[in-house]
Amino acid sequence: MTAKAIQFTVDGIAVAATAGQSLIEACDDAGIYIPRLCHHPDLTPSGNCRVCTCTVNGRQSAACVTPAAHGMVVENDTPRLTDDRRTIIEMLFVEGIHPCPYCVASGDCELQALGYRLGMTAPTEAYLWPRRKLDATHPDITLDHDRCILCSRCIRASRMEDGKTVFGFEGRGIAMRLNVDAQGGLGETQMAAIDKAASVCPVACIVIKRDSYRVPNGERRFDKAPIGSDIEARRRPSGSGGHRS
Amino acid sequence: MEEDRTMAEVEDILAQFGSDRTRLMDIVMAVQHRLGHVSDASVGLLAKGLGIEPVEIEDMVSFYSFFDRVPRGRFRIRLAKTAISHIKGAQAVAEAFEHELGIAMGETTADGEFTLEWTSDIGMADQEPSALVNGVVLTALTPSDVAHIVAALRQSGHEGGLPQYPPHRTQGAALPKASVQPGLVKAGPLLSALPAPGAVIGAALAMTPDAVIAQITASKLRGRGGAGFPTGMKWRLTRKSKGKQHYVVCNADEGEPGTFKDRVLLSEFPDLVFDGMTVAAFALGSSQGLLYLRGEYAYLWDHLQGVLDARRKSGLLGKAVGGRRGFDFDIRIQLGAGAYMCGEESSLLESLEGKRGAPRDRPPFPTEHGYLGQPTAIDNVETFVCAARIMERGAAWFAGMGTALSTGTKLMSVAGDCTYPGVYEVPFGITVNALLDLVGGSDAEFVQISGPSGQSVSPRDFGRQIAFEDLSTGGSTMVFGRQRDVLGIILQFADFFVDESCGWCAPCRIGTTQLSLAMAKVVAGRATRADLTAMEALSHTVMRMSRCGLGQMAPNPILSSMKSFPEAFEARLRPEAFVPRVTLEQALQDAVVVQGRQPVMEASA
Repeated sequence: MTAKAIQFTVDGIAVAATAGQSLIEACDDAGIYIPRLCHHPDLTPSGNCRVCTCTVNGRQSAACVTPAAHGMVVENDTPRLTDDRRTIIEMLFVEGIHPCPYCVASGDCELQALGYRLGMTAPTEAYLWPRRKLDATHPDITLDHDRCILCSRCIRASRMEDGKTVFGFEGRGIAMRLNVDAQGGLGETQMAAIDKAASVCPVACIVIKRDSYRVPNGERRFDKAPIGSDIEARRRPSGSGGHRS
Repeated sequence: MEEDRTMAEVEDILAQFGSDRTRLMDIVMAVQHRLGHVSDASVGLLAKGLGIEPVEIEDMVSFYSFFDRVPRGRFRIRLAKTAISHIKGAQAVAEAFEHELGIAMGETTADGEFTLEWTSDIGMADQEPSALVNGVVLTALTPSDVAHIVAALRQSGHEGGLPQYPPHRTQGAALPKASVQPGLVKAGPLLSALPAPGAVIGAALAMTPDAVIAQITASKLRGRGGAGFPTGMKWRLTRKSKGKQHYVVCNADEGEPGTFKDRVLLSEFPDLVFDGMTVAAFALGSSQGLLYLRGEYAYLWDHLQGVLDARRKSGLLGKAVGGRRGFDFDIRIQLGAGAYMCGEESSLLESLEGKRGAPRDRPPFPTEHGYLGQPTAIDNVETFVCAARIMERGAAWFAGMGTALSTGTKLMSVAGDCTYPGVYEVPFGITVNALLDLVGGSDAEFVQISGPSGQSVSPRDFGRQIAFEDLSTGGSTMVFGRQRDVLGIILQFADFFVDESCGWCAPCRIGTTQLSLAMAKVVAGRATRADLTAMEALSHTVMRMSRCGLGQMAPNPILSSMKSFPEAFEARLRPEAFVPRVTLEQALQDAVVVQGRQPVMEASA
């Protein structure tokens, strides 16, 4: 048996995986980009956003929490999945307040980048206009709850990587919020700007103070190439399978 | 001193549960019960005592409707807000309470005595309007009862008054309308000619565990919660899975609006439920069973504990069950705290472990990785009752009833516009028409099968069958006459999912709210054809992308009513290509308040 004993296909392209890999990890290695938002390669997956949902053997399944299995048939890049994923992105836009033109994260924001990649123009759903409190109690970090998309990355990073448990959820349903481990706000927690939890936020909810415009607009990650391009660059341009358009 | 009391109580509670983090449901419930709410100070003390962070306690506590982070009224009056309670006059009862107490729904009186609020279905659809006052259930309320209820509550002093939720002794007998009517209207083979005590367990012990599973498999029993998974296969998979301990869990978190059959089974046939759980324990090699009882059914607590005690005394629980050496099995009841989500099996497991009731991703399934990570068989209350009767009467007896793919009988909870609401035991395969004849609902214009997460059925489909292969159902059957507003009821169902979505995944959390807003626009007569198309597309996205059954089924009432009642939608459509969600007046109302004047409208040319 070789190291990569698991073989399956994604949109007809052969992919190999090692035991224990998730579908999204195997595809990342193979250079096939599955759009995702809450997933982060350094963190245990939690399946909050569902953007990475694929059709696996005919059933809907989130790629970040689906173990790679031999022989499975995966659909990823289909018009219907793109529509469904774009609808989720739109929903996240209207759930919070995401003013891209003057947001500090513009060009570096995964939500914005996915909106572009998936072809979102303007959201068609109703804006929910939440009224959440901005937490500026920490000397080095701003927590702008209006921009939180409840992806749980900071919760997982703080617990697993930083060993601190600074963050958690509070409430349920549409009233669910990100919560911090102190009544007086983030400034009273053990949070530090160098924590993993401070660097994994996909949007501009957790922002390091006095650092926002080190890289100017126009020169940021997604200003240069669409989100997922780094993963797709790993794919060897061999003759097999054919490149997706 | 308040602080000293909090500290003493919390320390006492932690000691009672051995500072076991997995018992956080019971621990928090005890704090709520003794101190009235779960304060920041309590959270801090709990976190310290359990060796976890306060944010983790807050995460869990804030999930459940019956836990409070701030003080609320000593008496919590929770009126059931359902499609059925509404047609039975719940709004008038609510207004009577508002008038009597001088507060609006959602508020607390200034003296801190009363909090008045709506809650989701409390399992009393056959006797609405209903309410919970702390743990006590009030039924068949009318506006004229309200003054008497409030007077009786005011008279009960702090010492002799109703204890906080949950009740651990008989209480509330003095309150008007504090009784739950039995509910069983028609018993069939499952619920008649009941076995003698011990007969079911005797029959199981006469076989090997594998033979017990073979019998259940041969009966073709499928899960009664609605999903219809073959019970024999679930038990076989659980038995096969390796673990330190195997668990048997009874899902008595009957939260689907309109259903109350499990209430009837737990009230009137608890021994059959526990027999079934014990049979499963024998088959799986389990020594620990858990019954997850929805918080709304806390009034059954004493009754069920009494039945368990009696079974321990007669050797049907505890050491050497049924005299079989080596077969030790006992059952613990876990009370829930107001979350529909926990009826979903993986959320139920999370809740049992003392966490927020968010679903798990599967695989792994509970049969391998369930309660505390061990192999677990979770079955519905009615499923255990069926399993018990199959042991005693045989697989052939059971398989001889119903249809080829849906064997046995089904308990249907029927309520709404019908003469005889209640629980009916009917063979699978019965048509909607035949069921309506039984319940005195022949004039029905609309039947909602299997609750808000089920199907909206119009008269042209009343010839369809109740069966897994046709109209699959957990039993909830809501009957509506021609005088009812179909679309208003569908909006009520959509709002239910907004209240009960757990929030973990984006498509369900946001999608349920968006669907409710879209449906409200239809009901308000402001929707266009394009709005209907968009609502349908969004429904399909929410179904395809949501993490668990709640989100995957939340759009069902909208989609199935669009199919069954197209004329109701057509009648409210606007012909324009686009109508904004809000009127100009609504859009300007904030500005009008700020400026203190109405806008000057430009005269049209």
